Amino acid sequence: MKIIVLLKRVPDTEAKILINSEGSGINEEGVKFIINTYDEYAIEEGLKLKENVGGDSTVTVVCMGPEESTEIIRTALAMGADNAIHICDAALDNPTPDMTATLLAKAIKNNGFDIIFCGKQGIDYDMAQTQAFLAEKLDIPQVNIISEFAISDDNKKAFLVRSIEGADEKVEADLPVIISCNKGLNEPRYASLPGIMKAKRKEIKKLTLTDLDSSGVPAEKDSTIIKWLSLPKSGECKIIEGEDFGEKVVELARLLREEAKVL
Amino acid sequence: MNDVLIFGEIRDGNLKKVIKELVTAGRIVTEGTGGSIDAILVGRGASDLSESISGLGIRKTICVDDDQVEKYSTEGYAKTLSDLIAESSYGYILFGATAMGRDLSPRVAARVGGVMFSDCVDLRFEEGRCIAKRPVYSGKLFVEIVPVGKKPVFITLRPNNIPPAESDGGKTEMVSRPSGVTEDMIRALATEIIPMAGGRPDITEAEVIVSGGRAMKDSSNFEILGELADLLGGAVGASRAAVDAGYSLQPLQVGQTGKIVNPKLYIACGISGAIQHLAGMRTSKVIVAINKDPNAPIFEKAHYGIVGDLFEVVPALTEEIKKLL
Repeated sequence: MKIIVLLKRVPDTEAKILINSEGSGINEEGVKFIINTYDEYAIEEGLKLKENVGGDSTVTVVCMGPEESTEIIRTALAMGADNAIHICDAALDNPTPDMTATLLAKAIKNNGFDIIFCGKQGIDYDMAQTQAFLAEKLDIPQVNIISEFAISDDNKKAFLVRSIEGADEKVEADLPVIISCNKGLNEPRYASLPGIMKAKRKEIKKLTLTDLDSSGVPAEKDSTIIKWLSLPKSGECKIIEGEDFGEKVVELARLLREEAKVL
Repeated sequence: MNDVLIFGEIRDGNLKKVIKELVTAGRIVTEGTGGSIDAILVGRGASDLSESISGLGIRKTICVDDDQVEKYSTEGYAKTLSDLIAESSYGYILFGATAMGRDLSPRVAARVGGVMFSDCVDLRFEEGRCIAKRPVYSGKLFVEIVPVGKKPVFITLRPNNIPPAESDGGKTEMVSRPSGVTEDMIRALATEIIPMAGGRPDITEAEVIVSGGRAMKDSSNFEILGELADLLGGAVGASRAAVDAGYSLQPLQVGQTGKIVNPKLYIACGISGAIQHLAGMRTSKVIVAINKDPNAPIFEKAHYGIVGDLFEVVPALTEEIKKLL
């Protein structure tokens, strides 16, 4: 079984994100970059599936991003992925979901695939579009934001649970399928020391736009960010004083009702 | 390309309330383009439900209600919408940023060659172009984004950000339409919906959220937050620390790697205010922080704060609010 896992390099969740001095994006100075948090669940699920199915199954990680993405690719390989494809080209500057999906689709088609795992969204631009664009380009079904995954004995059908508002939705999907993973799906493993050593010898296939034949890739971007905005400064917090907690809650309830008008 | 199509989501036989906010968004666009607003409702009971949005300034409501769309499937619904879009001239297609809207919208956009803006919180129309405001980096920043070129623009709009449309007394025409879906087109199908225990609203839709952090110490202690939430018709949320410690569940997590929320009232109990939590709740209209530590960062984002033990303060607050309501 050919298992594909998509990876993206993004700023750490703990990072303070500030607008750069040109107002054209974020200031990356001092920002630590990590594997997109949700992609870790995708890697783990891909590895578990490989262990479960056995045979000559492979897990191939596919990452599109700058040169520096090598680091996160190595981490995924150290966790146990077999090999990697890195789409990397200086001409790629914040590609749109359509562009990204077109290139990913080419690379994945060339490699072959039975199932694709990815994170439910990149925690940078938070668009959660690439998986649907990719599904459409590969003409396969998509199931998003999943918290449970199982596969039929013949490896032809996936049984999934996805989180929707206030409920779980059970979904059955035919393979090949693309699945976007949510936190809670599994506990991603850590890379072991032998894993890290082995990862150094694993293949990372580098692909440029020329290698991929860029026909069909939209030449122009279909959207543009015209302004970056910081959040408005929050007002002063009114710390409620009182003799004891009893007095404080009376005052808080009064303020919420009379001043904030939310009760 | 001047007309707007809004997607009405049917869940459990009800129309999601975000549809009226989508009408407001549609009006913002059509005031700029001079076009009209149509709505499409897909699923069981579409025709009956179309009554509830009649007279909001919608020209025509298209109801699709056959066996193939009784249950949600990305591919079935995408087929229904993309067929309609292909034979019409909608320039703007609006969805609620719900689980269904966020799943369906990009698939339809991909199929019809559209550009999409996800999770928008505001829209305006200036100099002939639609400017959408949306959060990035999990709400740590916002961007204003505009379409370039002539592609249809797909927008998912977050609930609770723009006011619902009021009736304008106009007439809405109602038409039925077949889905055009056949069984073989559906390769992934939602077979069953299992509601979460508790019967509380989802945190992304709730007007009040009472959230607990690591200081809750145990999952059973969340009950005191539940009592306050139930009194206010709200939801219970949790910080990542509380979820990771096993005190609460992932679907209730607020913040980056959880959900971004925007209630009228957010009560943070025993939550210190890590940057990734703040990113998920800081746009709440009124924030109350209850924390033992007067230096907790949560107080910098809160409007009202009580320094104290949540196990004393929260039950007392519940009792006090009971008296007021």
